[in-house]
Amino acid sequence: MAERTAAQRVALARHSARPGVCEFIQALFTDFFEQKGDRLYGEDGSILGGIALYHGRPVTVIGHHKGRDLNENLTCNFGMPHPEGYRKVQRLLRQAEKFSRPVITFVDTPGAYPGLEAEARGQGEAIASTLALMSTLNVPCVSIITGEGGSGGALALAVANHVLMLENAVYSVLSPEGFASILWKDASRSEEAAELMKLTADDLLALKVIDEIIPEPEGGAHTDPQFVYQAVDKAVSVHLAKLLKEGDCAARRYQKFRAMGKINSSGKETL
Amino acid sequence: MNNPFLQRRERLMDLKTHRESKVAQRAASGSCSACGKATEKEVLEQTRYVCPHCGKHHPIGAYLRLSFLLDSGSFEEIGEHIAAPNALSFPGYEEKRKALRRTTGLSEAVVTATGTLDGQRAVFAVMDSRFFMGSMGVAVGEKVTRAVEHAQQNSLPLIIFSASGGARMQEGILSLMQMAKTSAALARFSQAGGLFISCLTHPTTGGVTASFASLGDITLAEPGALIGFAGPRVIEQTIGQKLPEGFQRAEYLEEHGFLDQIVPRGELRQTLCLLLRLHGKGSGTHG
Repeated sequence: MAERTAAQRVALARHSARPGVCEFIQALFTDFFEQKGDRLYGEDGSILGGIALYHGRPVTVIGHHKGRDLNENLTCNFGMPHPEGYRKVQRLLRQAEKFSRPVITFVDTPGAYPGLEAEARGQGEAIASTLALMSTLNVPCVSIITGEGGSGGALALAVANHVLMLENAVYSVLSPEGFASILWKDASRSEEAAELMKLTADDLLALKVIDEIIPEPEGGAHTDPQFVYQAVDKAVSVHLAKLLKEGDCAARRYQKFRAMGKINSSGKETL
Repeated sequence: MNNPFLQRRERLMDLKTHRESKVAQRAASGSCSACGKATEKEVLEQTRYVCPHCGKHHPIGAYLRLSFLLDSGSFEEIGEHIAAPNALSFPGYEEKRKALRRTTGLSEAVVTATGTLDGQRAVFAVMDSRFFMGSMGVAVGEKVTRAVEHAQQNSLPLIIFSASGGARMQEGILSLMQMAKTSAALARFSQAGGLFISCLTHPTTGGVTASFASLGDITLAEPGALIGFAGPRVIEQTIGQKLPEGFQRAEYLEEHGFLDQIVPRGELRQTLCLLLRLHGKGSGTHG
């Protein structure tokens, strides 16, 4: 793996040419049928989801969508979902369960959108109920953190049996800028925050927050996307096959997240 | 009550409650932070630290709140000694935690317990904003999860009072994971038929709003409580405009369909008793 500082990885994770959910769907799946709307309020372009064939098997595929150019960025709200985005996710997850389709998610968001309308429509409730729903699915779920895994807005798509992470992706409780601004009232100390936060794939693997790191080419995912698609495909297909064989996906997923920051009963920490 | 252990427990509870009532008095007497009017401390004790002039609900500690709610002598704390490691080796975190433990008498930002309301037993988790703004790190997530599990194992209803600034920054990603852990535990509890009453108090924001606080079968809030996902300052910075009066307050949430009822502090015990009665014997888990 290339030697990089956490701040350098943050920059790579946010690189505008980095492959996003559209590219991954095109490269890894066939016969994609997009499903729009939450049936409650509206359509949210920051979440892309639908049904597709993965090596011939129907799956539900969902991801944050940032968009490629400024026009797309605006339609996609730079990958920051409103509540209707999370409610669309829930609709797709329920169908995945109903039709016994495995779920594959691609995580890449700065976070859920912190806006007036998002609050009015219940951003907190939308994320909470997505977490709760995803935790109970009986079908296998595999998540890939491909770029920015920002806060609860990312986690809502990552309550999976197996969580993979690209080498230069980041995953954190808040953006380094937000972290620095909350703790030190100074957003410009984001590089320092990034080093402290343990947001790189290596750190997260050591903390058992993720299960596996997917290598990227030397210059980052955008320099050789084919390399990344192949590596992701290989990892996803192996783990999906394993999960389908093992079964008991809801119980196993529960145990996995129940153990996050496990403390034994004497009160002494075990990590 | 002849059991010496029970007596000791009650004395400890009394001591902590007494200490918190002093703190609440200092904060609320003198002059009200909302209307500026002065109130005698005896009056504030009677109103449970609600300003008699303007109705402002002043923040109160977890033990004091439990003493207002529970039948006397029924308090039994669970998971008291659960503490989390400094997994990020965050500079100064250990020292700050120690200092807060000393000054507040709390071991963490949530107190979990069993107790009875009009003789009906329930499991309680009560957050306390004096400890790191009530933020959720590994210990809070673990205590809440164990409270859920305790309720499920013993077929008891679960009542959680939230007061939180969100995820505990000092514990980084592990704080974020507590959102998934607590939500997953509540989803199981719900599938098993358990009753969860979520009571939102000032302030409930961030990762706590986006996890267990929003998953109640019944959701109540204290008047005027600030409840939201993103904090008002962050939203103002994002949208570049001032937020309307009353935005993200309990009344706003009720109007937008996110609360069953707003319940003043003085009526909370009565309302909770009613809800437990209405869910009858099946208020724990089925079977």
